[in-house]
Amino acid sequence: MTILEGKSVSKHFSGLKAVDQVDMKVDEGEIFGIIGPNGAGKTTFFNLCSGTYPVTSGEIWLEGKNITGKHPEEIAHLGLARTFQNIKLFTQMTVAENIAIGFHIRTKTNIFDAITRNRRFREDEAYIARKTDEILERLGLSEYKHYKAANLSYGMQRKVEIARTMALEPKILLLDEPAAGMNPMETQELSEFVRKLNDDGYTIVVIEHDMKFIMNLCDRILVLNYGRKICEGVPEEIKRNREVQEAYFGKGLAAGNAVKVEGEETLA
Amino acid sequence: MREFTHRLKGMLHAHPRAVGAALILLALLLPWLLPSSYLRGIAVRIVLYMLFATGLNVTNGYGGQFNIGFAGFMCVGAYTAGILATSGQIPFIPALIAAGLVAAFFGFLISLPTSRLSGMYLSIVTMGFSEIIRIIVLNWSGLTGGPLGIKNIPRPSFFGLEIKTPVGFYYLALALLLIALFCVYRLIHSRVGRAWISIRENPDAASSLGVNIRLYKAINFMVSAFIAGMGGTFMAFYYRYLATDMFMIDNGHEVLAMVVLGGMGTMTGPMLGSLVINLVTEAFRFASDFRLVAYAVLIIVMMWVRPQGLAGASNSILASQRADKKKQPEKREKT
Repeated sequence: MTILEGKSVSKHFSGLKAVDQVDMKVDEGEIFGIIGPNGAGKTTFFNLCSGTYPVTSGEIWLEGKNITGKHPEEIAHLGLARTFQNIKLFTQMTVAENIAIGFHIRTKTNIFDAITRNRRFREDEAYIARKTDEILERLGLSEYKHYKAANLSYGMQRKVEIARTMALEPKILLLDEPAAGMNPMETQELSEFVRKLNDDGYTIVVIEHDMKFIMNLCDRILVLNYGRKICEGVPEEIKRNREVQEAYFGKGLAAGNAVKVEGEETLA
Repeated sequence: MREFTHRLKGMLHAHPRAVGAALILLALLLPWLLPSSYLRGIAVRIVLYMLFATGLNVTNGYGGQFNIGFAGFMCVGAYTAGILATSGQIPFIPALIAAGLVAAFFGFLISLPTSRLSGMYLSIVTMGFSEIIRIIVLNWSGLTGGPLGIKNIPRPSFFGLEIKTPVGFYYLALALLLIALFCVYRLIHSRVGRAWISIRENPDAASSLGVNIRLYKAINFMVSAFIAGMGGTFMAFYYRYLATDMFMIDNGHEVLAMVVLGGMGTMTGPMLGSLVINLVTEAFRFASDFRLVAYAVLIIVMMWVRPQGLAGASNSILASQRADKKKQPEKREKT
């Protein structure tokens, strides 16, 4: 069953076609990868899916609902959670506090409940405390509960950012370059971590530059270049695809021999 | 000095309730410790401005919205209460609630452009709002008495007991302050306060987590304005006279100075700020308008040395900016 669908989605920044008529279908329960050279429009495409930018044209559907033009917070309510390329944690707060904010849409305390500390307030706070411990336990972050987010290592911050999205109880999780800036060890660990999340029932869409990471992890992959979709398929197909090779290595290398440049011989 | 502050801090952390109780006891006994009614008047003013600063701290400290036109909300609250009390003979508590709600309505209006504006641009809007309110009040003579102001506001009375001495007003102001602090404290430590702080710290992350930024900014402004309305009501009944020159933009800046000096985003900051600024005001009374220079110097020094204020919130972006700043001099020493 399709959970997230983009129907010829475009985003133009005046003359620049950052994303141009991209179609995408993510099925429930899969790990879906989006790759492409720098500036291919991957993050822009994510921002369109999560409602950060409005689309220029096209439609985005989440679980059979048209979410085109909705605000990010509405889309979060509908079950789509995301992380950011440059980690956006509340750095001066503890890990537990970060996750507590993630429970915003799962709790209902309003100002009157908060001032009177009535039953709803107490139930919400108890729920948050219990669930936070559960999430930390599951992701193996329990010992960092009271650490300030800014004091954690880069890889750990990534994990906390993902843990925070868990609080939303999303149906689909968008990870924007989760392995960026990680060493091979951390990347390996993250790969296992993402697979575990997927086993737990989360559908995952991931943007990544680390080819080993993405080829090992993803069920299907979408390749963007200059804002256009050039290919979609299982990792094996992607590896063999001529256009993908050209996008990454240039036409000459992809053709198997360097293209002769005029005047090259005289230079040599 | 440093050791002393550390020890003070340690004491506060070890026995927060005991320290709180001691401070409240001191506040309760204060009017009896002050020898003259002049000093008691200053004490009333300090407590009143603690209330205002607590209100402004909701937006500037917790909401991350820099309001520099707080006088506008004070003005709306004070005039609402003043008009209700003189022409409607409405007693203190209903007038207080009405003034709070009217001010909150204006807070809501101001929050509307915040979906598009933030930072400096929003600040300019609030400044404009403050002056527009004052000019409207000044010119709407039929309702507000215009340049003549509102005179002969009756004294507040509770259960037939009229409040007329500075001591009585001191306790009234203290009661309002404690109510405001109580509510703000509980809000901050709840889902609502967490939403505010998340917006202050990182709006993109907040909205990706489902926090409705426009809604929570609006609530934030409304709570702040409501407290301004409470303080304004007190002003109306205390001075028994209202004029627009009590709500010049400078009066808003004075409250702002207290919040910045005391520490944005802390409960105790506005208290310290009001105490320090009011005492400076009294100490430099001989210098008349040159006192404003003293404020300016205080704020500049504060921004330089301790941008998070006297009370200092360690869990805000201000504190981390300070940490960054701290690193720079070290580098300079090496080169």
